[in-house]
Amino acid sequence: MDFSPTDDRRMLGDTLDRFLAERYYHPTRMKIAGSDAGWSREMWTQMAELGLIGALFTEDQGGFGGAGADIALIFERLGRALVVEPFIGALAAAALTQDQRDEVIVGTLVSIFAHSEAGVSVDPARLNATVTDGKLTGTKVAVANAEAADIFVVSAMQDGTSALFAVAATDAQLTPYPLMDGGRGADIRFDNAAATRLDMPVADLLDTTLLALSAEALGLMERCKDATVEYLKTRRQFGVPLSKFQALQHRAVDMVTEIEQTRSSVINAGHHLGTAKGAKYAAAAKYTAAVTGKLVAQEAIQLHGGIAMTWEYDIAHAAKRLTMIGQIMGDEDTHLMRFVAL
Amino acid sequence: MNLDFTPEQDAFRAEIREWLAQNLPSRLADKVRTSKHLTKQDMEEWHAALHSRGWLANHWPVEHGGPGWGAVEKFIFEDECAMAHAPRIVPFGVSMLGPVLLKFGSEQQKSHYLPRILDGTDWWCQGYSEPGAGSDLASLKTTAVKDGDDYIVNGQKTWTTLGQHADWIFCLVRTAKEGKPQEGISFLLIDMKTPGIEVRPIYLLDGDHEVNEVWFTDVRVPAANLVGVENSGWTIAKYLLTYERTGIAGVGFSTSALAELKSVIAKTEKADDPLFAARVARVEIALENMKTTNMRVLAAAAGGAAPGAESSLLKIKGTEIRQEINALFMAAMGPQAQPFIPEALDEGYNGPRIGPEGAAWAAKDYFNNRKLSIFGGSNEIQKNIVSKAMLGF
Repeated sequence: MDFSPTDDRRMLGDTLDRFLAERYYHPTRMKIAGSDAGWSREMWTQMAELGLIGALFTEDQGGFGGAGADIALIFERLGRALVVEPFIGALAAAALTQDQRDEVIVGTLVSIFAHSEAGVSVDPARLNATVTDGKLTGTKVAVANAEAADIFVVSAMQDGTSALFAVAATDAQLTPYPLMDGGRGADIRFDNAAATRLDMPVADLLDTTLLALSAEALGLMERCKDATVEYLKTRRQFGVPLSKFQALQHRAVDMVTEIEQTRSSVINAGHHLGTAKGAKYAAAAKYTAAVTGKLVAQEAIQLHGGIAMTWEYDIAHAAKRLTMIGQIMGDEDTHLMRFVAL
Repeated sequence: MNLDFTPEQDAFRAEIREWLAQNLPSRLADKVRTSKHLTKQDMEEWHAALHSRGWLANHWPVEHGGPGWGAVEKFIFEDECAMAHAPRIVPFGVSMLGPVLLKFGSEQQKSHYLPRILDGTDWWCQGYSEPGAGSDLASLKTTAVKDGDDYIVNGQKTWTTLGQHADWIFCLVRTAKEGKPQEGISFLLIDMKTPGIEVRPIYLLDGDHEVNEVWFTDVRVPAANLVGVENSGWTIAKYLLTYERTGIAGVGFSTSALAELKSVIAKTEKADDPLFAARVARVEIALENMKTTNMRVLAAAAGGAAPGAESSLLKIKGTEIRQEINALFMAAMGPQAQPFIPEALDEGYNGPRIGPEGAAWAAKDYFNNRKLSIFGGSNEIQKNIVSKAMLGF
């Protein structure tokens, strides 16, 4: 039992922290998130050069990390900095060919996971998209960074069971739009698109994605909590800092308590990723992240007061991203019931 | 980062489990599992068994009879004991006074009292709370006035758990009224047989006699029974309270209670109720998270970090989880939680059994365990501690 990161991971984390602090500070992030593309290819290339994409994959996959703890470490930091680049999509390259994955790792090919459908947030057994004779037909909704994609990894039914398929972005029709939490997404229509069946089960990619989203939420929670604690210490009313009011102190402590529980849930999901218990702990993590995320986002805004209601204030955007993570790939209720069933 | 125990720790767990299987009397385990009343003899029997194996005072140094375990070994031991439904170790002598004497006691006090704690000669109880001093412990009013080689003690202690069995009580007493309240407190060991001490039972809301009032009227206590320096008792009190909070996450208790809950609901209408299943799943996830939170604190402690405000977080969350499991267990009993037959929880009860297994103690445990968020520093006090120590408020 050891909870300290390995030296490699510590160095990776430090590198990432430094890069994000220097190059991805809030005004830059807002500029990228509000741009026409909704992401920055230049930033993406630099992140690839730093090895951040390669760290998401095992050596067998052509990377140099890929364990649950690596994924959690990276996504927690990406979350803290509200990074909008397509890292979730990069995870889907685990299902692609080695040649394609190599390109994803160096940043020249962008893969995007297209999964949720209208009325189907996560459960693969309920998918409506279908593959017949190598052609995929169906509609995926609210896919972040869809316009950035060179290749989609799409979940669909074939012969009554769900599977993953690779579809070229040129074979997809996009209805794009900006997203509430920054960046852009799209609904995607596939109409008899040429689809190559992939070996990785949908469930495996889902578990990795759920772990990554939960870790991203954790980073956002820490940022919201730190800002809130700092604000309570500096903002004065009635002649004293807000941090002197016990009602507010206890609410801040509740945030801390639940965030520590969320950190534990992410550790659990990372540890069990790829094992028989992986799905159960991934569901537990996503459930915990959704519940705590909603609490922390609401409390961060409430304890700040009016300032956190403004577009100018960074925590408002962190709270939005945190809340939206709760919505995607299955919400708290969905994952609670998955936890029961798994 | 590695959540797995080492092979040595796994072997250690197996050793504990094997020993419990051989040495924990099934009569006692069954009483614990079914929330029966434990007698003084039951608790002493279990202490003696653990003492014979050298595991009773498992956080004491080896030279005083401890097994030399680290934080992780202690956790594994407590976990296995809870899962096996072993009676809990009565903490007042072993876990509270023991560490205090080891840190603050004189050589004479150590050599006299510690062996008597281990072999069961002395049953200790705790004289901290007073009617006017609960969370605000430093406002305590029980006085100890020097008279030659003695102190004369007057006042009243309350919530004295299992004081009805006790031979001795360790007390916080006021020895000075000047300055800050914290600066006039001393730590005194008092023989319960001394004239002027009266123990009165307090019956709790579940009808049990678990706690007491202890009254002191001109009680003469040798000054040699002072631990540490006069008026330095607050430091000792705080030290003891952090010990009281170790293991307070109650992970083992919650794990076995959750298993019990699941086995009980299988036979009730809750078995196919998705809303109830969701409530159980919520607490199960919270417990799975809690286990890892607990491990993280333990690992930090094993690495030399002082257990600080994190133990307050463990107390808050751990007690919330235990209380929720109690609430679900009671909910599973539905209307059959109502019959109140305390004697059904006594050994040798031959009367009729009302309701399914669990009905006899579901509501009793639910109400009794409301204490979890009150004692050991209420959860609100824990939040004050976290607020100050972790957030810098």
